[in-house]
Amino acid sequence: MSIEPRAPPLQLAVKLRRALGGHAGWGGFALQIIFVAVLVWIGYEIVANARTNLETQRITSGFGFLSNTAGFDVSQSLISYTQSDTYTRVFFVGLLNTLLVAIIGIFFATLIGFIVGLGRLSPNWLVARISGGYVELVRNLPLLFQILFWYLAVLGVLPNPRQSISLFGSFFLSNRGLVIPKPIGAAGLESFALAILIAIVVTWGLRYYARRQLFESGRLIRVWPYALGLLIGLPLLASLAFGAPVTFEMPELKGFNFSGGSRVIPEFVALTLALSIYTAAFIAEIVRAGILSVHKGQLEAGSSLGLSRGTTLRLIVVPQALRVILPPLTNQYLNLTKNSSLAVAIGYPDLFSVFAGTTLSQTGQAIEIIAITMGVYLLISLVTSAIMSFYGWRIGRSLGA
Amino acid sequence: MKRVPLVFTLALAAGLSTQAATAQTLKTVKDRGMVSCGVSQGLPGFSSPDDKGNWTGLDVDICRAVAAAIFNDPTKVKFVPLSAKDRFTALQSGEIDVLSRNTTWTLSRDTSLGANFTGVTYYDGQGFLVKKSLKVNSALELNSASVCVQTGTTTEQNLADYFKGNNMKYEVIAFASADETVKAYESGRCDVYTTDVSGLYAERLKLANPADHAVLPEVISKEPLGPMVRHGDDQWFDLVKWVLFAMVDAEELGVTQKNVDEMAKSDKPELKRAFGTDGNLGEQLGLTKDWVIRIVKAVGNYGEAFDRNVGAGSKLGIARGLNQLWNKGGIQYAPPIR
Repeated sequence: MSIEPRAPPLQLAVKLRRALGGHAGWGGFALQIIFVAVLVWIGYEIVANARTNLETQRITSGFGFLSNTAGFDVSQSLISYTQSDTYTRVFFVGLLNTLLVAIIGIFFATLIGFIVGLGRLSPNWLVARISGGYVELVRNLPLLFQILFWYLAVLGVLPNPRQSISLFGSFFLSNRGLVIPKPIGAAGLESFALAILIAIVVTWGLRYYARRQLFESGRLIRVWPYALGLLIGLPLLASLAFGAPVTFEMPELKGFNFSGGSRVIPEFVALTLALSIYTAAFIAEIVRAGILSVHKGQLEAGSSLGLSRGTTLRLIVVPQALRVILPPLTNQYLNLTKNSSLAVAIGYPDLFSVFAGTTLSQTGQAIEIIAITMGVYLLISLVTSAIMSFYGWRIGRSLGA
Repeated sequence: MKRVPLVFTLALAAGLSTQAATAQTLKTVKDRGMVSCGVSQGLPGFSSPDDKGNWTGLDVDICRAVAAAIFNDPTKVKFVPLSAKDRFTALQSGEIDVLSRNTTWTLSRDTSLGANFTGVTYYDGQGFLVKKSLKVNSALELNSASVCVQTGTTTEQNLADYFKGNNMKYEVIAFASADETVKAYESGRCDVYTTDVSGLYAERLKLANPADHAVLPEVISKEPLGPMVRHGDDQWFDLVKWVLFAMVDAEELGVTQKNVDEMAKSDKPELKRAFGTDGNLGEQLGLTKDWVIRIVKAVGNYGEAFDRNVGAGSKLGIARGLNQLWNKGGIQYAPPIR
């Protein structure tokens, strides 16, 4: 690090000029003002013109439609919804369905992506080739095609509900999706939940204690056998003592379909599968690039300390690689979320399908609905970016960079 | 496909619809030399392209008739295929001049969309298509069924109303295009496919084995299908409206594609008025005196267009039913040309 002579403190006026106009000074500042004014004027013209045209053609505008009754049904909803609910409710149903696909998709895409990315770097010839083949095959086929493939070619050929594939007489797989027994809370539920909570808290304490021991006296304590025992044992004891936490409502074939039980619809499975597998191929390449960016010397240093390859990767290579991996990984998360709007092709009721689709054509209020939908996707993306930036900042801090 | 409405919306927002507001559709169409006509993405009998890329169908013939009346040439039409959910935005933004796409006339569509229905080309109703192997004979036996439906249609609401009204449970799976909907029905994802009865007959033809599927007897809604034009241009509204009326009146007067030249020489006063040998009714619409002759020569009268596209002379073989003329037991009725 070189030492530079310290510059004298700037005068207030000069500081202001720098801040507002940059290197171009006051002239630059004036240009910026003009530019902003032109932008505002164009924006105003667009809004005013659209408003006049809507009025002359007597097209309904405004957000009043949000409190009107929707009058149509949706196949999957995380909150209670019937056809007599409002368009606002439809909006939230769609939003939650989009978020559900995005979150589960991101989880599996990251998992598969890391496995495949590490697989490509594996010294094992077969593993490396299989991982490479996966990446090249998946990332070179259009996503819409893959969604339709999973939906029509894989899930579509499952038998109808009357001939569904049954597991233990309680899980049924058919072209209507996977039907599973539905858990219903029973008497022992509270003590069961309490037991899990205690187990988690104790495990956390144990982990803290083990880390302190490691840093202070260099003693390595294996926590996971105790943690596993606690997490399984305590709830088990609780349910033995206070009764079963849940009873199960068994699905039953009635008429065309199963009644009772919970059902995962095939549209959801196809969409989540396709999005995870597709995005995982890109994440795999990002992970590979990130790990290759860590100097080989780090790996060698790890093994010369006597650490195993797995431990070296986990403790030394991956934390350094994460700094490189995170920004493009965020991009992939955003892509996955936005790509989930392809759901409309297979009838999964996501935000785009039920709100910017059905609601739009029933109310005809394109400008309002498209504006809301764009705003929501933007918000989801910004929140995702913010979370990832925060994570990146924490990693940066812990690496002292 | 999903980017289309966004483009329309931006066009709408950016005020590119000034053309619509100035209310000179006929002049714009004449300057362009083409009628821009919004049709379906392929519904046999109503609007679908054949293997040479020529559009045919009842809805298509309405646009061809409009082009014939203006240019004396039924080929001067640009067909814009639209999904159910994009169709109104395309009309609002000025992308198309006429929307002739099996669209149901309802109050809310007539008022809040900034568009008007010009008439009824086909009196339809919503029905159900099921596999014969299910051994279902009535829609009332469909409790707990899965139903495939195309999104952005009145169908979705009728369906919800019908099942709720009869205290039946069902699962709805809504797709963006008719093709995707039918594919899901055929793959067994749904027990039932629902849309307008005419559409059921048309889509059944696309199935691998049409004879394995049956249309249930219940018709659960009124679906008068007709063309739409934008608000704010009454001349254009009148023109499109009277093109359809002319086709219906021509059938009533017994004027056909074959005998039109002969009939044009007739002395009958109502024929003379219609053919423009007496008075200037065509010019009042902004057309020429021989506008009816042009229309009938190009696409025939209403009955001929019906038979050729969806009726006895077509693969669909749908009976005239409600669409028969008013004096032959149906409800097709047009005001007189006078």
